[in-house]
Amino acid sequence: MATAPAAAADAPHRYLAEQVRWRPLETAFWLASLLPFALFPSYLQLASQVAITALFALSLDLILGYAGIVSLGHAAFFGLGAYAAGILSKHAWDEPLSLLVVAAAIAGAAGYATSFVIARFRHLALIMITLGLGLLLHEAANSASWLTGGADGLQGVRIRPLLETFRFDLYGRTAYAYSLVVLFLAFLVARRLIHSPFGLALRGMRENPVRMPAIGAPGRAHIRKIYTIAAVMAGLAGALLAETTSTVSLEVLSFQRSADVLVILILGGTGRLYGGILGAILYMVARDQFSGVNPQYWYFWIGLLLVVVVMLLPNGILGGLARLGASWRRGAA
Amino acid sequence: MTGAFVGVLFDGFAYGMLLFILSVGLSVTLGMMNFINLAHCSFAMLGGYVTITLMDGLGWPFLATLPAAFVAAALASVVLERALFRRLYRATDLAQCLLTIGVVFMSIAGAAYVWGTVQQPVTLPTYLRGSVAVLGASFSAYRLFLVACAVAIAIALVAGLEWTRFGAQVRAAVDNQRMARGLGIDVDGAFAVTFALGSGLAGLGGALAIAMVGLDPAFAFTYLIYVLIVVAVGGLASIGGSFAAAALLGISDMAGKYYAPELGAFLIYLLMVGLLMWRPAGLFGRR
Repeated sequence: MATAPAAAADAPHRYLAEQVRWRPLETAFWLASLLPFALFPSYLQLASQVAITALFALSLDLILGYAGIVSLGHAAFFGLGAYAAGILSKHAWDEPLSLLVVAAAIAGAAGYATSFVIARFRHLALIMITLGLGLLLHEAANSASWLTGGADGLQGVRIRPLLETFRFDLYGRTAYAYSLVVLFLAFLVARRLIHSPFGLALRGMRENPVRMPAIGAPGRAHIRKIYTIAAVMAGLAGALLAETTSTVSLEVLSFQRSADVLVILILGGTGRLYGGILGAILYMVARDQFSGVNPQYWYFWIGLLLVVVVMLLPNGILGGLARLGASWRRGAA
Repeated sequence: MTGAFVGVLFDGFAYGMLLFILSVGLSVTLGMMNFINLAHCSFAMLGGYVTITLMDGLGWPFLATLPAAFVAAALASVVLERALFRRLYRATDLAQCLLTIGVVFMSIAGAAYVWGTVQQPVTLPTYLRGSVAVLGASFSAYRLFLVACAVAIAIALVAGLEWTRFGAQVRAAVDNQRMARGLGIDVDGAFAVTFALGSGLAGLGGALAIAMVGLDPAFAFTYLIYVLIVVAVGGLASIGGSFAAAALLGISDMAGKYYAPELGAFLIYLLMVGLLMWRPAGLFGRR
């Protein structure tokens, strides 16, 4: 009798411990991420772009998939990270790892500052404010051409070899290894975060933003926290892009980039950690394969894909697979 | 100096009136169903291309193409509403945004495929060209025509909403959709008609916009942002709010371009974010 209440109090912790356990499929996935080194050595530059996009999508997943904040301006933090890394490398110092940290911190500071606004609004006003802040930053970068190079892009970004030994070469070996390691570390952080009581509280807020504060969860404080963390991750992704390609163009802040990352995440599946990564792989590889197609027509297919996913696969590819797996297990049982 | 200032003010107001015609339909439909239709400007673009095609291909006079643009956009919106949008009225903001962004992407690519990516020229009839002198200042005839159109539309809309049975149903649905249904009002039917009318107005706006701001496939996107600003700032389902917000936006955009061109659209976005943070339901919004 005495153990029953203890077991009940223990249940949430056991639930979380069960969630946190590594599954064989996950281990296999991360091992497979090393395959491009052996199998596609000429596509490592693309692989590094995929890893960076996956990191960006993961950061959006934290706020959109777990906290339910719809953002049409997430590229703001990606662009801030990219410009911070690019401008600092041009004028101050060019050591990649410390640059990465500083750029992420700058994006995080901007995220923290805007999170106070974000936590106050929902629905249309929230969408418009995220859109507006994104456009504002894009216009600011466009106007401040003495600093950012404006529409011509930032010239003269030079990055020292990673750890003083590995140069960022044309083949992208260093770039991919570097991006993959950063992605993996950020993924571990995100994974730990969403399987914590904090992560559970976020999901609760997503499902019912009125009830969670009523049962004692500090709603707005949670939203501010996760928004800042997502901004840091987006900044990391942007800084990675600037360092591995040695270029920063105005495009990193564009609405197009915010929309693209949304498409990528939706395609893969929101609120599933791997959704953004899977989406990034599919999207970037497809865009590379169809790069001969006029970008105007490329967006026709993206549009069609969006309509089909929203209508038929509301939880993305991973959500569809999960449903298929569940019905298969039920059929077998 | 004063003359230039009045000129900027008038041009900005005329531009604002164009934005009003483009956005008023979205304001009402968004207020009724809470459906975030980002594809609104795609209907406007369709209206513009219908006008171009009828004038260049079939030699229709400009004024005759305007009703055609209205009807074409309204018809297209009915098809999309019945086929896609109505399934998502109860879906999340995100699903609505994504579906309609998908439609925008397809419409842009479709327009580029059919009409090409170049700016479409329009030849206005002689009586709309040139300018009219009033009290020593000269005003472009076309802009006066635009302002007259917008004011006529605003009066017709306010009268329609206030004094007709259908308008009363729409107002009831905006105020409290469940209560309106409970009273036996066919909210879905009323919404379908409103949606068609709103999109038709957008189509008309698209046709009127060509002579002022040009027309290319990016139209569906460029003006979407302005339209959303008008709707968000003006408040949902408020004709007066949309009118005031559109005028404010048009004048500040024109003044910004004239007096501080290096800032670009920065001022507009700052204005929008500031206004929304101050009053999230819009200047004249009640919710």
